[in-house]
Amino acid sequence: MAVRDRIPVPELEPDIRKHSFSEVSLGYTLEIAQEEAKRCLQCKIPTCISGCPVGIDIPGFIKEIVAGNIEKSFRILKSQNYLPAICGRVCPQEVQCEGACVLNKIGKPVNIGALERFVADFAQAQGWSNSNNSETLYKTESKNNISKKVAVVGSGPAGLTVAFELGKIGISVDLYEALHEFGGVLVYGIPEFRLPKDIVKREITALEELGVNFFKNIPIGYAIHPRELMEKYDAIFIGVGAGTPKFMGISGSELNGVYSANEFLTRVNLMKAYKFPEYDTPIRVGKRVVVIGGGNTAMDAARSALRLGAKVTVVYRRTEAEMPARRAEVHHAKEEGIEFLFLTNPVRYLGNEHGKLAGVECIKMELGEPDESGRRKPLPLPDSNFIIEADVVIEAIGTESNRFLLSQFPDLKTNKYGYIVTNEYGQTSIPKVFAGGDIVTGSATVILAMGAGKKAAEGIVKFLLE
Amino acid sequence: MDNERKYNNIIVSKRRLSKGTYEFWITNELVSKNAQPGQFVILRTSETSERIPITIADTNEDKFRIVVKAVGKSTTELCMKNVGEPFYDVVGPLGKPSEINYYGEVVVVGGGVGIAAILPIAKALKNVGNIVKVILGAKSSEEVILKDEFPFADKLTICTDDGSEGIKGTVVDGMIREFEISKPNVIWSVGPARMMERTSFVALENNIPIWVSLNAIMVDGTGMCGGCRVLLRRKEENTVSEEIRYVCVDGPEFDGRFVEWESFISRLQQYKEEEKRAFEKFLEEVGDLSWL
Repeated sequence: MAVRDRIPVPELEPDIRKHSFSEVSLGYTLEIAQEEAKRCLQCKIPTCISGCPVGIDIPGFIKEIVAGNIEKSFRILKSQNYLPAICGRVCPQEVQCEGACVLNKIGKPVNIGALERFVADFAQAQGWSNSNNSETLYKTESKNNISKKVAVVGSGPAGLTVAFELGKIGISVDLYEALHEFGGVLVYGIPEFRLPKDIVKREITALEELGVNFFKNIPIGYAIHPRELMEKYDAIFIGVGAGTPKFMGISGSELNGVYSANEFLTRVNLMKAYKFPEYDTPIRVGKRVVVIGGGNTAMDAARSALRLGAKVTVVYRRTEAEMPARRAEVHHAKEEGIEFLFLTNPVRYLGNEHGKLAGVECIKMELGEPDESGRRKPLPLPDSNFIIEADVVIEAIGTESNRFLLSQFPDLKTNKYGYIVTNEYGQTSIPKVFAGGDIVTGSATVILAMGAGKKAAEGIVKFLLE
Repeated sequence: MDNERKYNNIIVSKRRLSKGTYEFWITNELVSKNAQPGQFVILRTSETSERIPITIADTNEDKFRIVVKAVGKSTTELCMKNVGEPFYDVVGPLGKPSEINYYGEVVVVGGGVGIAAILPIAKALKNVGNIVKVILGAKSSEEVILKDEFPFADKLTICTDDGSEGIKGTVVDGMIREFEISKPNVIWSVGPARMMERTSFVALENNIPIWVSLNAIMVDGTGMCGGCRVLLRRKEENTVSEEIRYVCVDGPEFDGRFVEWESFISRLQQYKEEEKRAFEKFLEEVGDLSWL
């Protein structure tokens, strides 16, 4: 059987989006979505589902698109994935569902991500996702009305998922966030051009309508002691992320113009520095920006800096094949004119007499034997140093455990990297305390944090009913 | 949790302490009940505001106090807030509390608005039995704010640049004079960066630990951005060890003898041009502010 080609998603032209924080991907129309949906072979044993961390019935929701029954499709999606509009946009589908699609054997996989997003956006436009419908939407759920109270600490993907899973079965949830906006990495980390903040806002609103109580500006551990939470709640979920940025630690790191990707992106996304001086928080890009790293965060930082008017070079110590970023992001970055220097690593930062960054000294690398991660280990090539002139450098080399809350919670067992130790249901060394997301696994993806949130919610319910 | 009552962030009192310097009492039970000396809050004045870190200067039941000097757009906007108005956001308490212990004799130095920050620390040090000698400094007598609030001090020295009160000179002159009489076991010094740097040099020469409260540029205040990082450099015998610390979660207090002041002060200047631009635009909008 001949399979038609995968239909690309309409996008803003690179020349336009270089100057704009508007969303790059425009999404499918109903007609295109149905065409793409028809490419799905409706496998008897769907391999795609095994590739999904939250186990969405992928052939099921796609089948309903073909049939034109988008509301039913949306219900199927929503029953397994609380945040389809977000996951459709930010999941690394090529290593999950789409990577497991059988069409890979003869061509390109079904564009599952774009279809998921289409259904979620369509549902939003029709108003199916708001409260009036939540009764019907979740009518399969038994309303236990368990009269228990749960505190969720952190409003990122893990925390939101737990709040949803517990809220929909009538458990009272108080959700605490230290920042002044809800959404965690979805609002401070991922840029507007990849995930419009209105989408995050409407998911929060839907949770509020479900009865979840939201409290912002509350640094748990400082404003409310963990002891108090333990007394007041029947269970606690910790989803505070792995938000502390790592630095290369090379000479010159204290110079002005050296940013962590977290700081750069938080200024741009959460504080809206791209609208300075209308918004008060400033950001510096200068003329030339060097971004260090090969993950999604590096791509987000690079593409944000480009949109602020800089010429941007990404420096990565391995080759393009080893880049952990979503394929689509690398592709978009290249289209927009971002330069990549592979097999290159910075060794020190050079400053001028005012303590400002002037350049990045780099060294060329080559790939040696595979290391414990299975990837070939990059090794420096002697005497290959060279200098890139730069006004700003953004380090996007990963994050580590945020000790902010944990330092106030010494009884909680952590591993040698400072992440919380849990069982498969997210239960920690303290029975009524559960955890999930990056604070357990280390820096990972939105969908894995959501998967952990679902599992922890299951664990919490079991614990509460015991 | 009763959101309305517990932390509505409303200004319940405002007082002008000197030109462009104001004291505010703000309702927020989470801050007031939990704050310890040395900790800070982050405020936002509006939807478009920066996150502004400010040391907590006192607490009383459901209220806490801050003292702010109008120097740029954000602090000026803050100082223009009036009684009855709420802050857009208040987060806190943040940062590690001061290490309040019995040390014996302690010298506590406050300069400019740093006087407000040093007050709760000095009080707490006194409460655990230390001999607390306070040195306050400013340009002139009227800028030595809150000087009436130190009656508990074992000794109070005032230094003014113009000699309008106390010693004519800076707090460094006051410190050196004090050390001629007796040397303390530990020092606290809070004020402008240059003042903290100079007092730290004096402490280093005398080999006395000195806590300074660093006013680094921050965004989140919870260890997530690293913008407030400070380089600490320890020289021992023939070795030099360096470490990067975050002011928001590892501080704000550090031993000033080990702070690498040059890069710290240069990092404070990193948005100088943007700050100037924002302030000029703001002044065009609000007009003359000489009354503030």
